[in-house]
Amino acid sequence: MSGTLLEVSGVSVTFDGFRAINNLSFAIGPAELRAIIGPNGAGKTTFMDIVTGKTRPDEGKVVWGEMAQSLLRLSEAQIARIGIGRKFQRPTVFEDQTVTENLTMALKAPRSPFAVLGWRARPADMTRVRDLAAEVGLADELPRKAGELSHGQKQWLEIGMLLAQEPKLLLVDEPAAGMTLAEREHTTALLVELAKTRAVVVVEHDMDFLRRLNCRVTVLHEGSVLAEGSLDHVTSNPQVIEVYLGR
Amino acid sequence: MRALAAAIFAALLLLSPLAAQAQTAADILTANRALVEKSSRQTIGPVIETLAASGDPQAAAILSAWADKGLGIRKSDGAFLLISASGAGYALTSLDGSDAGTAPKSDITELRPNAGVRGLIATALVQFQLSDPDRSQREAALTAIARDASPDHLAPLRASIPGEPDAVLRAQKQRLERLLTLRFDPDSAARVAAIESFSGDMGLDLRAALNPLVATTVMAVAGDPPAGTNIARTLRPGTDLTTDEAYALLVAAGLAPARLTRVDLKAALAANIVDGKVAGTPVASLNTPESRDRAYDALESAGRVPAAATDAEAAAAAAAHRFLAVYAEPDPAVTTAAKDLLDSIELKLATMQAADLALDALSLASIYFLAAIGLAITFGVMRVINMAHGEFIMMGAYTGYVVQQIVPNYTLSILIALPLAFAVTFAAGVAMERLVIRHLYKRPLETLLATFGISIALQQLAKNIFGTQARPLTAPSWLDGALVFNDIVGISYIRIAIFVLALVFLGVFLWLMKRTRLGLEVRAVTQNPTMAASMGINPDRINMLTFGLGSGIAGIAGVAIGLFAKVTSELGSDYIVQSFMTVVVGGVGNIWGSLAGAVMIGTLQKGIEWLNPSNTLAAQTYMILFIILFIQVRPRGIIALKGRAAGD
Amino acid sequence: MTRTFLARNPSVLWFLLALALFTLAITLMSEAYGAALVSTSFVKTLGKTLCLCLVALAMDLVWGYVGILSLGHMAFFALGGYMIGMWLMYARTEEIVIAAMANEALPATAEEIRQGIATQIFGVVGASELPPIWAFAHSLPMQLALVVLVPGLLALVFGWLAFRSRVTGVYLSILTQAMTLAAALYLFQNDSGLRGNNGLSGLQNIPGLGDVPQADLSIWFFWASALGLGAVYVGLAWVVSGKFGSVIRAIRDDEQRVRFLGYSVEAYKLFVFTLTAVIAAIAGALYYPQAGIINPAELAPIASIYLAVWVAIGGRGRLYGAVIGAAFVSLLSSWFTGGRAPSINLGVYTVNWVDWWQILLGLSFVLVTLFAPKGIGGLFDLLQGLRAPNRHGDPMGPGDGALMEKEAVE
Repeated sequence: MSGTLLEVSGVSVTFDGFRAINNLSFAIGPAELRAIIGPNGAGKTTFMDIVTGKTRPDEGKVVWGEMAQSLLRLSEAQIARIGIGRKFQRPTVFEDQTVTENLTMALKAPRSPFAVLGWRARPADMTRVRDLAAEVGLADELPRKAGELSHGQKQWLEIGMLLAQEPKLLLVDEPAAGMTLAEREHTTALLVELAKTRAVVVVEHDMDFLRRLNCRVTVLHEGSVLAEGSLDHVTSNPQVIEVYLGR
Repeated sequence: MRALAAAIFAALLLLSPLAAQAQTAADILTANRALVEKSSRQTIGPVIETLAASGDPQAAAILSAWADKGLGIRKSDGAFLLISASGAGYALTSLDGSDAGTAPKSDITELRPNAGVRGLIATALVQFQLSDPDRSQREAALTAIARDASPDHLAPLRASIPGEPDAVLRAQKQRLERLLTLRFDPDSAARVAAIESFSGDMGLDLRAALNPLVATTVMAVAGDPPAGTNIARTLRPGTDLTTDEAYALLVAAGLAPARLTRVDLKAALAANIVDGKVAGTPVASLNTPESRDRAYDALESAGRVPAAATDAEAAAAAAAHRFLAVYAEPDPAVTTAAKDLLDSIELKLATMQAADLALDALSLASIYFLAAIGLAITFGVMRVINMAHGEFIMMGAYTGYVVQQIVPNYTLSILIALPLAFAVTFAAGVAMERLVIRHLYKRPLETLLATFGISIALQQLAKNIFGTQARPLTAPSWLDGALVFNDIVGISYIRIAIFVLALVFLGVFLWLMKRTRLGLEVRAVTQNPTMAASMGINPDRINMLTFGLGSGIAGIAGVAIGLFAKVTSELGSDYIVQSFMTVVVGGVGNIWGSLAGAVMIGTLQKGIEWLNPSNTLAAQTYMILFIILFIQVRPRGIIALKGRAAGD
Repeated sequence: MTRTFLARNPSVLWFLLALALFTLAITLMSEAYGAALVSTSFVKTLGKTLCLCLVALAMDLVWGYVGILSLGHMAFFALGGYMIGMWLMYARTEEIVIAAMANEALPATAEEIRQGIATQIFGVVGASELPPIWAFAHSLPMQLALVVLVPGLLALVFGWLAFRSRVTGVYLSILTQAMTLAAALYLFQNDSGLRGNNGLSGLQNIPGLGDVPQADLSIWFFWASALGLGAVYVGLAWVVSGKFGSVIRAIRDDEQRVRFLGYSVEAYKLFVFTLTAVIAAIAGALYYPQAGIINPAELAPIASIYLAVWVAIGGRGRLYGAVIGAAFVSLLSSWFTGGRAPSINLGVYTVNWVDWWQILLGLSFVLVTLFAPKGIGGLFDLLQGLRAPNRHGDPMGPGDGALMEKEAVE
């Protein structure tokens, strides 16, 4: 793997005396699929919050790209603009707006108020929106309001919005939750496909799902990395077994 | 005792120009008949002094009668008599106190002393009052002297001290004697000693006595000042006073001619218009100051108008003179001593003022806290914005007013009003929660607007019922007055009561939330209503009770605030923004935060008012601006909840 | 998507048509240009109402679309009025002073005229010097620029401070209310340079147009107000119809999610806050020459809350709703408080509407909030046969200003 896209080193964060992340270090390359697992409270969501700028760590470094740019001083919006996309556990789409509007908003384009004010859809943009909708199976739902979609369709719409952003790094929180078996297969294939051109970090509990992704796994426990390697490697690690199953 | 005092008087007054022996009052008046009949301030003094020193037991009565136009001369024999109006004529009393029958008005010439003579008589009477057997008379005399002292009072005052039987009054007399000494004693050393004897004192009376000593006036002099001038400092035109002020002083001192004002210049030009021209300049072009100056110069060189000082001349005149700040008091030793003492007083005064300011701030803080504590429950704990909170305060105040209309005893009415106000606003709060707010949980902006609708309706309702004029809510008499530490530091009992009430509320709130089942359930419901409900707590009931509690406390606060503010329908809206500020600045969801917020806002407002005392509106403006900036630094308030619990 | 702007927004055409017909009708009934069926004072009332509709549009954009319940927009409105009022008062006083000085022997100097104006304007607060903030009052173009600049800059600075520290929801509302209160208290001072609680008066006399009767002036301002309302309506409809509208509505419903899409939420809020402050200021600059007087009471926080009330009653999140709400409530309000509404005799008690209108308004506002969140605008949905997705009444997103499901236009 040549170079790293994102490097997190020595990061700690404390909430009211509770150490949510403790001296965590983590790195991912430009075209890599990585899964993060860990019991509740291991710090998975806080880790994503730190990378996306929602939470500021007390100490440590978060470095992005070949220019080794620090992410710590950037706002959430700036981090999103340099190419980090995030999908939440609960589907969060704009329910009062149509699928088209949701996707159009996510399309890669200048984001400043003045640029957006003058922005008008060109035919190419419309084609891109239709393609994305087709890719996530929402081609027939374009004029419908997102609030009327089913749970699974909202998940797909959010993935579609993530793709529209064309991020270099995708942070995906439990993508398969609430999906049917067939939808899971589709999701797996999509994530594996995406990881060929960009970095993808998946947080997931479901071992079957992880096995199908067939990638390196990082195990978090009490805010730091417990083990890292292939799924078979970490599942045979006695510490991991202890954490997951208890003694 | 009286005889002794009289003897001392007599001894003191031996030096008076009319050699005075123990004569009767009648003898003295008769001997000086001409002076008495045509009395004037310049000449009558010795007669009054002699009369006062005569030792005649009637002297005081005669003098006061004289001053009150109660002394007359019988035309038939020229005898002096005390007269008082009786029917159509006068009832007469001879000067030895015996009754002398009556006489028609036409038989008596009434003596009408002018104001100057009456003043002299009053001064002479002081010595009698200072030694009067009646204590209240002596006290009144002391008060009169302290209020309007004159050099003449010094001698009688000193004379009355040894004979003073009352220790308190004697101390007062001695203090007053020193105050008069430092102002009026002819001996410079005695004055300085008197000033220095006050070291460490900072009474208002002392400052009032010292301040005239160090008062200065600015005067302009050419060359050296006249001898004996007690110079405080020299002022330089341009730095200590403007050139215009300096020149005005020169004009006032007759050292320079008056400046030509723009108005005079215009009048001079207008008076010299000839054929539409002034000194050759067309009138139409005289619309700039420069062209007018030129026209005036032309007139001046033609000799048609007096010469006027130019700016440069004025500056030169100012530079050629000295400007001195001069003490009215000629004795430099006295002014120096007085200034030193005043300086040391000033320092202590500043400390005391700071203490007084702190008390003021504390009392304002407790008012804000009182107004905000109900909000700390509804907004802080439940996160419900209640814009009608101010109107609940108003309802509490009006409840107090109504109770006072029915129960005339103020103490009793307040005791009834406090729980009744709680009950009224508790009921109103519960009704509002059930009817409106319940449907709007999680919709804070809608809650804000809906409760605002209730707020304007309640305000108008109060107007319709009670009218627009302010209604009084009178505090019981035992809350009148103030706890006074000294001349500067003091706090009114009402404010102390409010402070105590605020402390009580703080205690009750803490006890309720931390020690009772209700508090536990409230905290459970506000943190996680679903979970609380599944554990058998009825969130509806808890929300209702909590909201009612917050509203009820607003009602009690209303009674307290009504005691010192006028009760009007706008009472609540005067406090609502500050109350929200208190909660927000302190940190939402934390009672200590609200306390800290109230203290901060109270201190801040008093502090700004102190810096700019003339303008309380500006103080409020700047305080709000400060709060807006403060939110920048600590968006979650002084005492902030941290971490995930704080939400987004 | 490729259809034209107007085709996608038919309500804009309907609105412009209605506004044009209304303007024409009033003109034809006016004393100046028509049958004199409506009085000049009523024309002024209607003109002022159009200005209130204009500021309601601004409020709807900032609250209905971005979800910021600003309680400060009437402050911007009044500031705009103050800025134009300074020129109106200065220029008008200048005319009077020059006329008075024309009879004197010497022609007046510029300084004397300025002094005369200062004494005329500020004698009432015991000052005779023009405060520095009146430096541009002699120039109409400069004061017109200040109409936009002063409220715009205030909104920019305040918004930057507030949004930067991520103050949202009711906190922001309280903060804007505090700003309004601070501005009002400041202007109440005699040494604020704007005549304290006397305010600026005589604004209905337009300098240079002393010969034009008020009947004509009133209809001119009526036209200007209608033109302003129409132009701003079209402009805002254009702003909210595109992607920008999409983004700001997204911010209203879930601003955190919008951040993760890469949009700087603070910049958008600041943009809209400032833009609407400027619109409010322009509305104020059109309003106060028709009202004739402005004083600090106009900045009272309650005025801004009324503004929110109008928008809520009209139906937030739709531009015509704001216009209808403002027109309906303010006209009704002036009808009731003007003593024109007939009293109701209940036998034991006579309901005098001057006293009871506020109570009626307050309670009906509570009822609208509770039972008709779509306001009057909801009636249009009924006309078009649209039905609300009658599911739960949950908010559409976690934002405090998010629309509820039953508020949404299907």
